[in-house]
Amino acid sequence: MKSFTYQRVSTPAEAAAAVAANPGAKFLAGGTNLLDLMKLQIEVPTHLVDVNRLGLDRIEPTAEGGLRIGALVRNTDLAADARVKRDYAVLSRALLAGASGQLRNKATTAGNLLQRTRCPYFYDPAQACNKRNPGSGCAALGGFSRNLAVLGTSEHCIATHPSDMAVAMRALDAVVETVHADGATRQIPIAEFHRLPGDTPEVETALRHGEFVTAVTLPPPVGGVHLYRKVRDRASYAFATISVAAVLVPEGGKVAQARLAFGGLAHQPWRVTEAEDRLRGQGADAANAVADAVLQGARPTEQNAFKLPLTRRVLAGTLAQAMQG
Amino acid sequence: MDFNAPATANPSDRMRVIGQPLDRVDGPLKVSGRAHYSYEYHEEAPNAAYGWLVGAEIGKGKIAGIDTAAAEAAPGVLLVLTHRNAPAQGKDSDYAAPQLQGTEVLHHGQAVAFVVAESLEQARAAARLVKVDYAAEPGRYDLAQERSRAVAPEPGMVKPETRAGDFDAGFAAAPVQLDVTYTTPDQSHAMMEPHASTAVWEGDELTLYTSHQILHWAAEGVAATLQMPPEKLRVVSRYIGGGFGSKLVVYGDAVLSALAARQLRRPVKVALTRQQIFNHTTHRPATIQRLRIGADAEGRIAAIAHESWSGDQESGGTAEGAASQTRLLYAGKDRLTRHRLATLDLPFAGAMRAPGEAVGLLALECAMDELAEKLGMDPVELRIRNDVAYNPEEGPSKPYSTRKLVECLREGARRFGWDARNPRPAQVRDGRWLVGLGVAAAVRPNPVMDSGARLHLDGQGRLTVETQMTDIGTGSYTILAQVAAEMLGLEVGAVTVKLGDTRFPQASGSGGSWGANSSGAGVYAAAMKLRGIVAQRAGFNDEAVFEDGTVRSGQRSLTLAEVAGEAGLSAEAEITFGDFSKQYEQAGFGAHFCEVRVDVETAEIRIRRMLSVAAAGRVLNPKTARSQCLGGMTMGIGAALMEEAVVDKRHGLFINHDLAEYQVPVHADIPHMDVVFLEEEDDKSSPIKAKGIGELGICGVGAAVANAVYNATGVRIRDYPLTLDKLLKAGMPQA
Repeated sequence: MKSFTYQRVSTPAEAAAAVAANPGAKFLAGGTNLLDLMKLQIEVPTHLVDVNRLGLDRIEPTAEGGLRIGALVRNTDLAADARVKRDYAVLSRALLAGASGQLRNKATTAGNLLQRTRCPYFYDPAQACNKRNPGSGCAALGGFSRNLAVLGTSEHCIATHPSDMAVAMRALDAVVETVHADGATRQIPIAEFHRLPGDTPEVETALRHGEFVTAVTLPPPVGGVHLYRKVRDRASYAFATISVAAVLVPEGGKVAQARLAFGGLAHQPWRVTEAEDRLRGQGADAANAVADAVLQGARPTEQNAFKLPLTRRVLAGTLAQAMQG
Repeated sequence: MDFNAPATANPSDRMRVIGQPLDRVDGPLKVSGRAHYSYEYHEEAPNAAYGWLVGAEIGKGKIAGIDTAAAEAAPGVLLVLTHRNAPAQGKDSDYAAPQLQGTEVLHHGQAVAFVVAESLEQARAAARLVKVDYAAEPGRYDLAQERSRAVAPEPGMVKPETRAGDFDAGFAAAPVQLDVTYTTPDQSHAMMEPHASTAVWEGDELTLYTSHQILHWAAEGVAATLQMPPEKLRVVSRYIGGGFGSKLVVYGDAVLSALAARQLRRPVKVALTRQQIFNHTTHRPATIQRLRIGADAEGRIAAIAHESWSGDQESGGTAEGAASQTRLLYAGKDRLTRHRLATLDLPFAGAMRAPGEAVGLLALECAMDELAEKLGMDPVELRIRNDVAYNPEEGPSKPYSTRKLVECLREGARRFGWDARNPRPAQVRDGRWLVGLGVAAAVRPNPVMDSGARLHLDGQGRLTVETQMTDIGTGSYTILAQVAAEMLGLEVGAVTVKLGDTRFPQASGSGGSWGANSSGAGVYAAAMKLRGIVAQRAGFNDEAVFEDGTVRSGQRSLTLAEVAGEAGLSAEAEITFGDFSKQYEQAGFGAHFCEVRVDVETAEIRIRRMLSVAAAGRVLNPKTARSQCLGGMTMGIGAALMEEAVVDKRHGLFINHDLAEYQVPVHADIPHMDVVFLEEEDDKSSPIKAKGIGELGICGVGAAVANAVYNATGVRIRDYPLTLDKLLKAGMPQA
């Protein structure tokens, strides 16, 4: 671990200013990912700005009838919130499918969005990784790729985004609120928040250096059946092989409204408008046509090609379950 | 005391303390943080400096250049050792582990430098500044590719080949034949406590606190490596956070901390990281196993062959004895077992909980399930039909000392509700789940090792037991207290057990499941001697009765405190096992039953319930023995469903080198599990009539899981672990 300096701040703008002023600075919230990566010297910040005392730990109704989730609301508290459980159950279920109780107690809403990939080659400094060391190559290509991405990949990176929470937020059309050093704020739709790797896999989000996430807002509830299905090799404490967050409004045996987001497939939560269009007005038997649209353009490796039929099966099962109510 | 005839009635038979399900005597120390592990001797190693091992980043090749200037200039750095400045070391012992002895890189993770600094963080940061230029060479990392070049291993613990009758002829003539190949992956021990050492020199004397299962092996290896007189070395390993065979070996942490501490004239401590453990230390090697079984229509095995291929380093490599149990388990006239060893440039292979049987039974016991299906027989009945009372290779001249395999199978089947199993696979549904039942037999030989102990009875009537024996989380402290208390007629609370120090009498140590029985017998031997001394001091003959803290003969009774007097009384003895125990085939037996459910959509496999029935001699403490079985079952589930150290075959390393990616079962994977011990005493195993249980608990478990998965899905996966992608690729039915 390299030496670093440490600072506590008292307002979000101050936090943003402190990081913006220092190219080696990073925000520290729950630290459940950052500190591990610092020990491995994969993250080497020279300055940490501790934002844990900023408040930002409230969940409040918005004027539009949605919810505004403070950036520092812990995953445990978010999952247990009565309004979240009632109106955004898919989010609660996704959170509880992730990590462990101890980690959820510590991990924050913003930190969860910003966690880095779990690709084993990213985690081994002896291996080539364009995300860790731009230009060094991607050892995962041609390597152990069983759990890596099949969609939206590039020749530079096949990593996935590991979050469960973000998948549910993608289905819910969440918006990420940020503040800059000068106090200016920005609203980033979650669809635009996580980037695909392209030729700069080290750039993972739309955030600029020093831009500080203050909250995530959820639009008014859409009702419907909320499901989160996560497939993994062991029953807990494992990142998703694949997952699906589904918010479906059934009407007379058909799907009136559909929102489907997938985890474990790509560098960002994966959501395809055309797939949802294909489902509207259809029943569970449309699963294959929907899956075709979801998986369009997939470029799996030999090791992770199973994710395609697996996605189809899980989608079919999820739709069948939703239509049964 | 030489154990050279069957044990007769003796004080250990009283079973007032032995056989009780006592809590661990070391439990309070552990849960309150007062049990010191090897990294935690803060008072004994004041002002310790911190070491950090730098591992090779290639699988095979040479160090072309190494630049330590930046590391040496980094804050807090005290010393950087490389092959250029490391002292010469010896290798005149199988346990020696010289480090930094040249430019050759044999495997990924081999130590290429060792950085010592004032703080852990400084050592870790400086380690990243050591610049090593490698001249990488092509390596052999793929067992399947190297299989054709495999050779017979040197004869040793693993027999290269055994034969009885004429397998080829017997198999050819058998009306029902099975010929299947199973593969098992590399595995990491994944014990909780990493390998750790703290080295403290005083003049030319070294005290090495190190996490090791067998102290006299560690001492021999370290003394030989450091080329120091053995009497100048003290090895201490009082508490060990799991070993599973990984800590039977001396690694860089022990040797490099000692070398650096000598040079710096200051204590040095080092713990390997989990990532380092995967490639610096040993692993259970992958196997390819071919099983051929020929039987008659009634299921009597006529011919059985088990061939296994595994890989290891060219020099000093060992083969995984995966065919070993097939020499022992079932009847059959015409037999063949064969082990072959391929050269691989991966980290060294080593022993991991039940080396041989743990993976051998994954293949054999699934093959038996396949054979049962071919025969249209119940798999429990097939195993019972092929029971045998003697070593089937050697014949009736070598009987089993005890063998209750049939009883284990029958009792387990009855308790588990085996009758309800549908023999046709993929028939039972419970909502989204496919449900299946599986069974497997378990066998694990019961080796014994000479073991010594010293007892001291003080003037307060308290007894202290001292022995080099280790407790690797198994319960040695507790069961040795029980044995000693039983023998001297004391309460367990009056006994203090001290383990894990080479200043104590040499003992069996923990490995191969011999620890409890052998070291318990060592304490028995010392206790018998102490009883004699006490009786003599009290003026009694051999008929003296030890009970409730007193010694009694006729109407006369004295407290042990009185007899011991101010100075106390001591006795030291060793149990030795000569040829007697070799006249018998000795093993523990068991049967595992498992119910799994498989998600019909995702092919996720989850265990629903599990039962193990075991017969393994006298159970010294049902609670610690049960815990051993629960741990074995959990590890067996891991082997069946998730554990695989994945080889990157381009670079020659285990790439999923942390516990996020190398998955072992978590609580949510482990449902209700039952363990049943059948009544048994083995008078051929030792005076205390016990047997090993630690490894029996894992043997066969994974096969029971795999057989249940087949029964649930109708898909037979012969490539462990049974992950959902393999079920999907094999065409598991949907909905």
